[in-house]
Amino acid sequence: MSDILNTLLYHSPALIVAVPLLGAFLTPLIGKINDKLRNIFAIVIVLITSFLVYLLVSDVFSNGIRTYVFGGSSPLVNNSFAVRILFEVDGLNAFMAIIASILAIAGVIYSWSFMKENTGLDKYYTLILLMIAGMFGMILTGDMFNFFVFLEITSIASCALIAFRTNQGSAVDAGFKYIVISSIGALFILFAIGILYSQYNALNMAVIANSISYGFLDKIALVLLISGLAMKAGIVPMHMWLPDAYGRAPSSVTLILIGTTQASLYGVLRVIFSIYGKHLTLPVKTIGDTNLSLSALIGIILISFALLTILIGVLMALKQNDFKKMIAFAAVGEIGYMLLAFGAAITSISTDPLTGSTILATHGEVALKGGIFHIINDALDVGLLFLVAGAIYYATKHSSLNKLGGLARNMKYTTIFFIIGLLAVAGIPPMNGYVSKLLIYQSTFQVNPILSIIAILCSILLLAVFVKVFHSAFLGPKLPKFKDVKEVPKSMILGMGIIACIIIFFGLFPNLILDNIIDPVARAIFDYSAYIGGVL
Amino acid sequence: MIYNIPYIAVVGLILIGLAAVIFKRNLIKIVIGITIIESGVNLFLITLAFRENSTAPIYHGTGSRLMSLPVPHALTLTSIVIGVAVLALMLTLIIHIYRHYKTLDVRKIGGDEE
Repeated sequence: MSDILNTLLYHSPALIVAVPLLGAFLTPLIGKINDKLRNIFAIVIVLITSFLVYLLVSDVFSNGIRTYVFGGSSPLVNNSFAVRILFEVDGLNAFMAIIASILAIAGVIYSWSFMKENTGLDKYYTLILLMIAGMFGMILTGDMFNFFVFLEITSIASCALIAFRTNQGSAVDAGFKYIVISSIGALFILFAIGILYSQYNALNMAVIANSISYGFLDKIALVLLISGLAMKAGIVPMHMWLPDAYGRAPSSVTLILIGTTQASLYGVLRVIFSIYGKHLTLPVKTIGDTNLSLSALIGIILISFALLTILIGVLMALKQNDFKKMIAFAAVGEIGYMLLAFGAAITSISTDPLTGSTILATHGEVALKGGIFHIINDALDVGLLFLVAGAIYYATKHSSLNKLGGLARNMKYTTIFFIIGLLAVAGIPPMNGYVSKLLIYQSTFQVNPILSIIAILCSILLLAVFVKVFHSAFLGPKLPKFKDVKEVPKSMILGMGIIACIIIFFGLFPNLILDNIIDPVARAIFDYSAYIGGVL
Repeated sequence: MIYNIPYIAVVGLILIGLAAVIFKRNLIKIVIGITIIESGVNLFLITLAFRENSTAPIYHGTGSRLMSLPVPHALTLTSIVIGVAVLALMLTLIIHIYRHYKTLDVRKIGGDEE
């Protein structure tokens, strides 16, 4: 038994991508036999994948970095030539894989009843498994070009899913916007990969990180990589695809889209902290008699984009009238919070005057932890709200707030889940959002008090947004046209329930998560030499 | 100078493509812009692989052992295949958009018709 587990663990990085990929192309065949069997098959595939993720993650958190080389035992050929494709899993990758697997399970279970009335479900399940495979690939890979390929797989699958309801013109339009932005972003990334390859003759992230010299071409590559990934992550000013895509896609798809957006955000972190990690303390500009280091420069740029993202996301959410679009703009704002935390963490990187090594100031460490914790919190909170919005659409066939009202009388569970999501997104104490947002306020205050003031204000505005939704959709007298509205089917409640339970658990025991998961992840992000050491 | 011409062409192609995507109002022209950017990037990868007086990376007989790099060729092939998939998907979406809105002008599409 333990032999089998060990073999599974050894091959788990490859299997996590291979199982959903194989499942994706088997789904139409099984769909020929029976529809119910196909749905069960998709859920089983996702559960197997999540079990493998669990095996891999528990091993990575206890034994450190795990490298899986395709077609050989060592990443290097003749001890010097790194041509093999490899997956390298450190704390950050493992953490993102946990998020991806939670979202995948909830999304596929929720789909069962949510998509029941649609046709073309064989294709739907194929695409959704393909998207999950691509997402895991992006998260686990240690090879630049491989990252690009998985990025494209994800964007093709998710574009087709956003435009799944081709009978609605706006859904097709949202899909087109998404594919234009994401293919241009991906081409930027490919161009940057070409530049890096031309200089270091390697595609492996760790090998590039080891030999990078930060010359003129590397600067261009850095800008291209960050802007390409920012397009995919929906950071203002490249956010215009996100509200449409999140708002028009079926809710179960939106949930997994959140995962792919965050996989792109993971790419930004990997590029800055690991690939360019060696040169973060390099002085790049002298203003007066102070030296501005690269980390300060990147940090300030990220913080300014983050503030824009938060402000535009939250303010646009205030004026929306469509339930799902409102949540989508709130999701844009939430991405801003993560970016703000990472920007604050990057500005605090400096060189230790005694040992000459790169260190992170205490508030930077807090910011990094807050940002990482906020990644998972955002995925859960915004995901839950989207599922609730989907449930309301399923029950009433409306998503405009002007037409909804009095739903709390008929949909008790959905109302409870909405309250949980609302409190969590706004950062109110018993929920998980409070913990990460408090860490972010606390640390950004030390960078500049104005940052945390803006962050807190926008958080209050978010609460206002969702209280408005709560009031107009759930409260009020029973509307005659919603007399026959029933509570949504069990699989949808189960999908929402899984996420709601995790939200409350994280909110009640934040220290458990912070000490056991977030802390090692923060150390793994910052320790670029360990990431390089995992290969060389 | 002569060796830099391909790189200048690469940057030129990418800028032309970006300009088309940003300024053109017709969906088909936007798609053409994206394919131009893609050709620029592919040309860049191919140019990276070239060495002067090199042969194709296949071992045969004697003669020059100087070969062009095979890895960028593999990358380019993959990128072309992905590009075709994306192109097909974009054109499919354009067909659907045309059916709904009866126009390809970006200013006139995107509203809810309900």
